[in-house]
Amino acid sequence: MITLDSIRKRFGPLEVLQDVSMAVRTGAVTALVGPNGSGKTTLIKIVLGLTRADEGALHLDGAPADEAGAYRRAIGYMPQAAHFPVNLRVADVIDLVTQLRPGEAVDDDLARAYDMRGIGDKFVGTLSGGTKQKLNAVIAFMFRPSLLILDEPTAGLDPLSANVLKEKIRAVRGEGRSVLVTSHIMTELESLADDVAFLCDGRLRFSGSVAELLEHTGGGSLEEAIAGLMRTERAVRRASAPADAGLRLAPWLAPEPRGAA
Amino acid sequence: MNVVALVLQAGLRDLSRNRWIVAYTLGFLAIAEGLFWFGGTGPQVLLSTLNLVLLVVPLVSLVFGTVHIYASREFVELLLAQPVPRRELFAGLYLGLALPLAGAFLVGAGVPFAVHAGAGASASGVVVLLAGGVGLSLAFAAVATWISLFTDDRLKGIGLALATWLAATMLYDGLVLGAAAAFGDYPLERPLLALMLANPVDVARVLVLTQLDVSALMGYTGALFQRTFGTALGTGVAAAALITWCAIPLVLAGRLFRRRDF
Repeated sequence: MITLDSIRKRFGPLEVLQDVSMAVRTGAVTALVGPNGSGKTTLIKIVLGLTRADEGALHLDGAPADEAGAYRRAIGYMPQAAHFPVNLRVADVIDLVTQLRPGEAVDDDLARAYDMRGIGDKFVGTLSGGTKQKLNAVIAFMFRPSLLILDEPTAGLDPLSANVLKEKIRAVRGEGRSVLVTSHIMTELESLADDVAFLCDGRLRFSGSVAELLEHTGGGSLEEAIAGLMRTERAVRRASAPADAGLRLAPWLAPEPRGAA
Repeated sequence: MNVVALVLQAGLRDLSRNRWIVAYTLGFLAIAEGLFWFGGTGPQVLLSTLNLVLLVVPLVSLVFGTVHIYASREFVELLLAQPVPRRELFAGLYLGLALPLAGAFLVGAGVPFAVHAGAGASASGVVVLLAGGVGLSLAFAAVATWISLFTDDRLKGIGLALATWLAATMLYDGLVLGAAAAFGDYPLERPLLALMLANPVDVARVLVLTQLDVSALMGYTGALFQRTFGTALGTGVAAAALITWCAIPLVLAGRLFRRRDF
């Protein structure tokens, strides 16, 4: 299980994450959702150690994440878009990552399902976006990590490949491993997720099971529930905004006072 | 294999097939061979190649290096998400950029001299020319690495790279000359020597020219340098300055890489 305690992150004047505390349960798929710019990517990068939190702590199975990054041995990461060096062959990329993690058990289920051996000698630059995304997925799942972090995992995949990936995610959960997944496709998350964490403006507005979220919002589906939360957030923000904080028109665009003509 | 060797190997594989690196190699090869073809003697070709090296090697190392590191950003993030230390990853990434650049220069500029057996140019002159070009490749690849870690804005980064090139190859000499003219009544030898050592392009130029009998091409600072240090010590001082020029931006870039957020 991974736990985040009171995580804060600021980029200049912008507070991107404000006191975020949440947990990703063992053997569960947790959906991290929220509007664009809500802090999802920053939170993922903090878990991965790519970005350092200003305050707060990260624990993996009760042990604090070490600065050297050895805890990342337990993590598999699938970024939103796959960018590999275009002049490397598919086999070169897989070999590189395999050798960077020596001694780790290799799970080649997904590699076989996506027939990666058949395209091993192809240069990455010649692959389609979908095939690069498959390579991305293969690398994330390859080392049987106890935590998988998947950022928009099915983006760019054809329906069959997306289905294979979703089946793999369910299998991973069945093996008692944890998955943290972000997606803007709520129907997809509904079919996968056990828990939901909803971020808005850098604050965690909801964290609990999907059933609790549906009960809390009265929504019939995850999409309705999240849309309801976002509408509420927007209304709260509008109500708390100062009266003159709206769009100011340039003087020559402002309507003329009555009777001025 | 350790992390540095693995990442370096991937960088070498990637860039040895890169069309710009291939074009860079073939360009140097064609020009040096062309100079021999059109009747240039070894020393003449050496001097012409030196002028080309001082302009082209910093430009290619800075601009190609900056663009390449920006283009690799997402792959670097994927590697950083693996259980590998940042320090080793950085070393592998830098060497994976700098060594292919240096190798491309070495093949492009070195093969014509090897084929023509120097054609009368002194062996030490050829070796120092190649060493100077390699030193410039390593130094400016380190500067490019620092620039692309310093700012996330690609356009700003490429602009900084071009400005650095312009300053090091064109503006610097003009400023030094201007300073020498303006403060001509004062003893300027030491400050001018320090200014010369503060620019890797000047250092590489003087390093090669101290090996050749072409005092007319040395310029004021070059002549001053040779008069102060002599040939043997001057070569050592210039080589040490060029190594320092590789080390300083590399250390700064490494610090930035270890501390920054991706």
